Amino acid sequence: MKLTLHSPSGNTYQTYAYTGGKAFEANKPTVVFIHGVLNDHSVWILQTRYLAHHGFNVLAVDLPGHGRSEGEAPSSVEEAAQFIEALLDAAGVKHAALVGHSWGSLIALESAARLKERITHLALVGTAFPMKVSPALIEASLNEPMQALRMVNVFSRATLAAPPSALGPGTWVYGASMALGRRLLAGNTHVNIFHRGFVACDSYTNGLVAIAAITCPVLFLLGKEDQMTPPRAAKTLIDQAKVSSKTFSVVQIPMGHHQMSESPEETLDALKVFLGLTA
Amino acid sequence: MPGYNDPSFDTLALHAGAAPDPATGARAVPIHLTTSFVFESSDHAAALFNLERAGHVYSRISNPTNAVLEQRVAALEGGIGALTTASGQAALHLTIATLMGAGSHIVASTALYGGSHNLLHYTLSRFGIETTFVKPHDIDAWRAAVRPNTKLFFGETVGNPGLDVLDIPTISQIAHEAGVPLLVDSTLTTPYLIQPFELGADLVYHSATKFLSGHGTVIGGIVVDGGGFDWEKSGKFPELTQSYEGFHNMVFSEESTVGAFLLRARREGLRDFGACLSPHSAWLILQGIETLSLRMDRHMANTEKVVAFLASHPMVSRVGHPLMENHPSHTLAEKLLRFGARGAGSVFSFDIHGSREQGRAFIEALKIFSHLANVGDCRSLVIHPASTTHFRMSDDALTSAGIGPGTIRLSIGLENADDLIDDLKRALKSAEKAGSKSNQA
Repeated sequence: MKLTLHSPSGNTYQTYAYTGGKAFEANKPTVVFIHGVLNDHSVWILQTRYLAHHGFNVLAVDLPGHGRSEGEAPSSVEEAAQFIEALLDAAGVKHAALVGHSWGSLIALESAARLKERITHLALVGTAFPMKVSPALIEASLNEPMQALRMVNVFSRATLAAPPSALGPGTWVYGASMALGRRLLAGNTHVNIFHRGFVACDSYTNGLVAIAAITCPVLFLLGKEDQMTPPRAAKTLIDQAKVSSKTFSVVQIPMGHHQMSESPEETLDALKVFLGLTA
Repeated sequence: MPGYNDPSFDTLALHAGAAPDPATGARAVPIHLTTSFVFESSDHAAALFNLERAGHVYSRISNPTNAVLEQRVAALEGGIGALTTASGQAALHLTIATLMGAGSHIVASTALYGGSHNLLHYTLSRFGIETTFVKPHDIDAWRAAVRPNTKLFFGETVGNPGLDVLDIPTISQIAHEAGVPLLVDSTLTTPYLIQPFELGADLVYHSATKFLSGHGTVIGGIVVDGGGFDWEKSGKFPELTQSYEGFHNMVFSEESTVGAFLLRARREGLRDFGACLSPHSAWLILQGIETLSLRMDRHMANTEKVVAFLASHPMVSRVGHPLMENHPSHTLAEKLLRFGARGAGSVFSFDIHGSREQGRAFIEALKIFSHLANVGDCRSLVIHPASTTHFRMSDDALTSAGIGPGTIRLSIGLENADDLIDDLKRALKSAEKAGSKSNQA
């Protein structure tokens, strides 16, 4: 669905959110899915489509400046969190669960901290704090984006034999991620969203304050073989959640950083349990 | 970054898409000879049918063994995924039928396998899809052939049997300016000799019967999507960008930003047309792919020696391989193929001086080369078009089709090259003798 939003500078722009093949219905609980750097809504297909057909509204966004969404690509986690709030307002959503992957997990975290009780659940998939990006990769994303894209995809993968994935059986998930990255990068001629996204990850400093401020249960959904955001990199957030007496759970699945495409079933099952559906 | 996460071609050829079977520990890919797969629950069944979850339902649509082959070829091609079919012809038909219907138009190279030409020229025109054929090297002709209803450009990476190398970078650019994808048949080159997606092609298909399998034991096809063509931006493919009542009102390009073609091809094409590949055939093709690079290296080395022999033989008037500097595709082959002109494949034609009878005498004298209608076998193959596939044509008609009475097509196999040359030498002698007898008569 398309929604009209207002940017902080007062401009209006159209943003896109995939609804899982079902029409949005205001009386259903809503789950917002937030993608990572150089991704879009389509990385969540095997989680969103199921939930949309099992009692939820799904809003899998293309962040501003990404894919089908207009607007200025967010240059910080905080800016992206403003977008999430504006999205919920535009859609008339009073309460929502947030699910974010990688950069999207930081956006979800910051949004949950700002929106307090408006957020019912917070699922952080492939998360880390701080989410430092190597200077070499940031530099490459700007000046040699194709090489950087290859590096990211190599580090995001844990298997040469993924189970049936978003295109069904026969999907080569590495190639699919490469093609998506190329498409999204070429789709924004105004700004390099690859570089901007990495800088936003790297410069986010409010993670521990944010996790202490949230009021909803948290799921840490981590990939045991994740080389981009290894499980140990989520420890500071988990420890802070513990210290702050938050309700949280940690699920590790035996896959890499791109859990949604390489372990779609395990990722969905973890989300179903967290959201109160039977696994 | 070589290693498990960034493997090379040879490693992908052995491992992509396959891991030890978690249920049994089997290291080789199991053959899943089952028509259907048990649902865990009614909810699971409904979710699979509605694409809420990914998995196997019925082997016409997908099968675990076929899925390994699909992932493997997609990996070798640098694509996003693939779809196996009953034959290469089924892959071509499925691709076209997914992208267009009656009233559409294709621009295709003239240098095509006869079966492909027949499908486009005769069969599809019966269903309202027209094709304009253009010489593969005539770049202006490709551009001039575009119509408002054009939906596809199509050619062979290396045309059979003249070995015209398709200028993929230039032709794909013209296709993209027209808002349509370029489909290439890479059967004779395989992903080892050319990487069409890197050069600008959008869809690649193979007759896996040939070099991918390599053993002459199986018929199969596969189509791979590079994921680079933007169907929505083109605006010419409502089949992929608008709600489809025939499958849950799905908008395929919304479900997958880069994989709309494969989604519809599988969910509509395999479901409705049904030209699926047997899992046993998929397994046989996988056995071949495991040694693809080793075999292609040997095919190239043998071809190089045979071409050199034929080029120096007095009974031979022409050798149609880009290794020859006078071949029209020599320069393009050097530029586009991974191994230059050496990599233009091992299926080529040559002309012997003389009549149809001499051509026939040549064929019949061969001992190692097998006389049959196939290419890309591990064994060397031969056919004499004037006395077989084109025997009803007059000499004039043959000439206009680029086939002389003495044109011979070879598919060079993996035997010892010296043995192949000896076989050819003896057969050329027989052809020469047949000419002498004919003159005496």
